[in-house]
Parts: sequence; C-alpha cells; structure tokens
Amino acid sequence: MSDRPIIDIRHAAKSYGSLEVLKDISLQVQTGQIVAIIGPSGSGKSTLLRAINDLDPLSSGEVWLDDIQVNKALPTRQYETHINSVRQNIGMVFQHFNLFPHLSVRDNITLAPKMLKGISKAEADQLAVEQLNKVGLLDRIDYYPSQLSGGQKQRVAIARALAMKPKVMLFDEATSALDPELVEEVNLVMKQLAEEHMTMIIVTHEMGFAQDVCDRVLFMDQGVVVEEGPPDVIFRNPANERTKNFLRKHLKGQH
Amino acid sequence: MGLDFSVVPAFAGVLLTGALWTIAITLSAAVLSFFGGIVFAVIALYAPLVIRYPFRLFAWLFMGTPLLLQLFLIYFGLIQIGIDLPAFVAGVIGLGLHFAVYNSDIIQSGILAVDKGQYEGARTLGLSRIQTLRKVVVPQAVRSVVPPIGNNMIALLKDSALVSVIGVAELTLSSQMAISRTFRPFEFYVAAAACYYVINLGLEAGLRRIERRIQLAR
Ligand SMILES: Nc1ncnc2c1ncn2[C@@H]1O[C@H](COP(=O)(O)OP(=O)(O)OP(=O)(O)O)[C@@H](O)[C@H]1O
Ligand SMILES: [Mg+2]
Repeated sequence: MSDRPIIDIRHAAKSYGSLEVLKDISLQVQTGQIVAIIGPSGSGKSTLLRAINDLDPLSSGEVWLDDIQVNKALPTRQYETHINSVRQNIGMVFQHFNLFPHLSVRDNITLAPKMLKGISKAEADQLAVEQLNKVGLLDRIDYYPSQLSGGQKQRVAIARALAMKPKVMLFDEATSALDPELVEEVNLVMKQLAEEHMTMIIVTHEMGFAQDVCDRVLFMDQGVVVEEGPPDVIFRNPANERTKNFLRKHLKGQH
Repeated sequence: MGLDFSVVPAFAGVLLTGALWTIAITLSAAVLSFFGGIVFAVIALYAPLVIRYPFRLFAWLFMGTPLLLQLFLIYFGLIQIGIDLPAFVAGVIGLGLHFAVYNSDIIQSGILAVDKGQYEGARTLGLSRIQTLRKVVVPQAVRSVVPPIGNNMIALLKDSALVSVIGVAELTLSSQMAISRTFRPFEFYVAAAACYYVINLGLEAGLRRIERRIQLAR
C-alpha cells in the first residue's frame, strides 16, 4: 500500500473580494482516517470542505484526490467531464440534506448510479436496498422526503452518497439542522461508517462526537488551521490560547 | 320569433362532434405548450446568447401580436413558402406555441425558485449540468408551477374557439353551421356555451387531480 494521502490539500487559499476566507491551508488525509474540523462560525470550515470537491473553487492552491488533481485548470468542457468523474468518488452530506423532494427515497438513491454508472434497474434497486439497510430505513424505500423526519432525511442523504461508492465522505454539519432528539440516529450511522474505515472529513459543532469518532481534530479560526492533533490532545490539553477559548465556550454544558 | 330550444337536439350530433374536436385540439395544444414551454424556458435561461436573442424576438412576437393573426399566418401565410398544413395541425401549432411562450415565462420563474441546495446535491453526486437540469431542477420547477400553468390551459380551451376561423370544425364552428341551417343563433350559442362549460369542468377536475398527485412530491 502506498502512503500517498487520499486527500491532499496544498496551500489552499480563498478570498471573496478583500476577505481572505482561507489562508494557505495544507491538509493530508490518509485512507481510512477520520478528521474533524471544528472552529467558530465564519472561520472557513465549510469553504475548505467544499473546496475538496471544487464546489467552492480555491483562489490558489491544489486539491488532490489520490493521484488526480481535483481543481485542475482545464477548458470549460473538459473541466465539466473531469469534475463530474472526480465528484463520483467524493460523497457529500449537507446540513440541509438536499434530498430531491420530487423523487421517492429509492429514486433519490438510484438516480445518480443509474445515470452515471449505467446499471440496470434491478441492480439499482438492489443498491437502494443495500444502502437503506445500512442506515436502517429499508421500510421507507417508497416514501417521499416530505414524509420523513429530519433524522431520516439525513440518513437517506447519507445512503444516497454511499450508493456512489465514494472513496471519501464529507460531512458539513450533518446534524446541525436536526432536533436534538434526532441527532443520535445520524451520529450512529456515521459511527458505523467509521467502524468500516470509511475516510471521512467531518465539519461539526459537536465536540463530544468529534472526540469519540475522529482520529484527528483540526481547529480552524479566521481562515487558518490554528491547531491540530489527536482528539485527546486537542480537547484535553490544547496548546493554543484560541483553541482553549473556543473549547471553553463549546464544552460548557457537555459531559 | 321566440326562443325555441327544441331545435337543438336535432343537431346534437354536430355539436358533439364539434366538442370532440375542441377537446382534441385543446389537449394536443396543451401538450405542445407544456413541453414547448419547458424547452423555451431552458433556452431563455441557459442557451448561448446567439440562440437566446433570436429566441427573445420570437417570444416577443408571440406575446405581442394577436393569436388570431398568428393562426392566419401559420395556416394561410406558410402556404406561400410551400408549407401547407392541415387546418387542425396549423391550429395546434398556433395555439401550442402561443401558450408555450406564456408557459415558458412561468416555468422560468419556477426554475429560478429551485433551491441552490438542489443543484449542489446533484452536482456533488457527479451529475452534469444538463443531467441536473433534466432530472432535478426542471421536474421540481414544473411541479411548483402547475397551478398557474393550469390557468393557462383553461385560457387555451377558450381560445381554441379561434381556430374556427381557419376552418377547424370545432365547437364554435359547429354551432355556426347549425345556426346557418336553422337561423337560431341564441339557442345554438347558448348550447355551445354549455358544452364549453362542461369541458371546462372536466379540464379543471383533471388539473386538480394532477395537483393532488404531485402534492407529496414537493
Ligand atoms: N459566497 C460568499 N461570498 C462572500 N463571502 C462568503 C461567501 N461564502 C462564505 N463567505 C464568507 O467566508 C467566511 C467563511 O465562511 P464558511 O461558510 O466557510 O464558514 P464556516 O466556518 O463554515 O462557518 P459556520 O460554522 O457558520 O458554518 C465567512 O466570513 C463567510 O461570510
Ligand atoms: Mg459552515
């Protein structure tokens, strides 16, 4: 096995006008690693995550998925083809689920595999059953998103992403929009993925979850990675003053 | 002479045939205006400028000139350049394109109202721009604008009477034929109006069913 990282972000920078949102961030993630990104609102967590599949393109710097540069400079047409094939390998889960409301749970899951992988209807159905089984929602296969709870919607969104058999999963505050009692069912699915050694990058405000599940924690503030390390170090014994301050606010009320 | 509706039943067959033609032309034009409206909306929003600008002129012509004139142009005018369409076909094309332009306006607003997260959800799975439009954005946009498009379809039914002028024997022309034989305009126009009313009820019921069916998928 090579030790080339599956995700390699090199000197990522991004500005909106004069606002520097990311300032020279580099990050390597190895296959099977689970990385949490924490930090105050507006620190650039989402922007960094969304740069990985080029949803928010960087101003400068490189993003690599294994041996492919994601944000390659290409003519528009070629770029389209390139990025669509890259994105098939990167699953993404959003705060607001972004399920397709006009499609059943089954069709939400099978739409992309059917269109992009040329699989038959029977294979697609099989895939939907498999993925729904995984997130414990097989009995909802013929429901529409409007008939599901928030937690169920997010589990379907995870199943939809997994159906593409991605190499990496990105989570942008997957549980932030959920009622507190629905958070756990989504966390359980993510924990299960962790046990299966799915490579994951997780932006989260849930320090407890980050501590339980992740191998590494990055603390971001104002567009830079202020501090990073194993969860035990970051949460119990942070070196940086800004990290300490942030954690003091966020760990209050937990444990 | 007083009113005498007893003359009507003798022409029931004529009126019924006319009503069937009205239904046929309305449904055909409705289908054309619906799919045409989707195509026009996508052109208006996404096509390259060299297509978009001529298209705008075309759309403006259809919205800014009388439907009657458009029907004349398609049926009588096109013959001069060698396109000789049957009256029914000319009527469907005229009505269909006219209402497609109106539907396009509505569908465009529906497309623009689709949440940004829907594009992101689709694009992160690897769907292309066009696949995203076709499978995610347009179907949602269309569902969200079914009520105003339904109103257009009711207007279309009523405007279908205009194709009588190019000789399609639909309900209005049929009633006129009955009148020319009996000299009873009041009775037959009222009878025709009653038929339109019944067709309208059917159309509204159909639209309500469609609305109910898509309720879930919103
Ligand atoms: N399209 C945009 N135009 C201008 N500024 C933007 C845009 N998107 C994000 N920003 C700014 O970039 C900064 C970083 O935003 P980002 O969404 O990455 O923060 P975040 O760490 O994810 O915050 P949160 O925890 O609130 O989600 C913020 O100051 C935000 O206002
Ligand atoms: Mg964010």
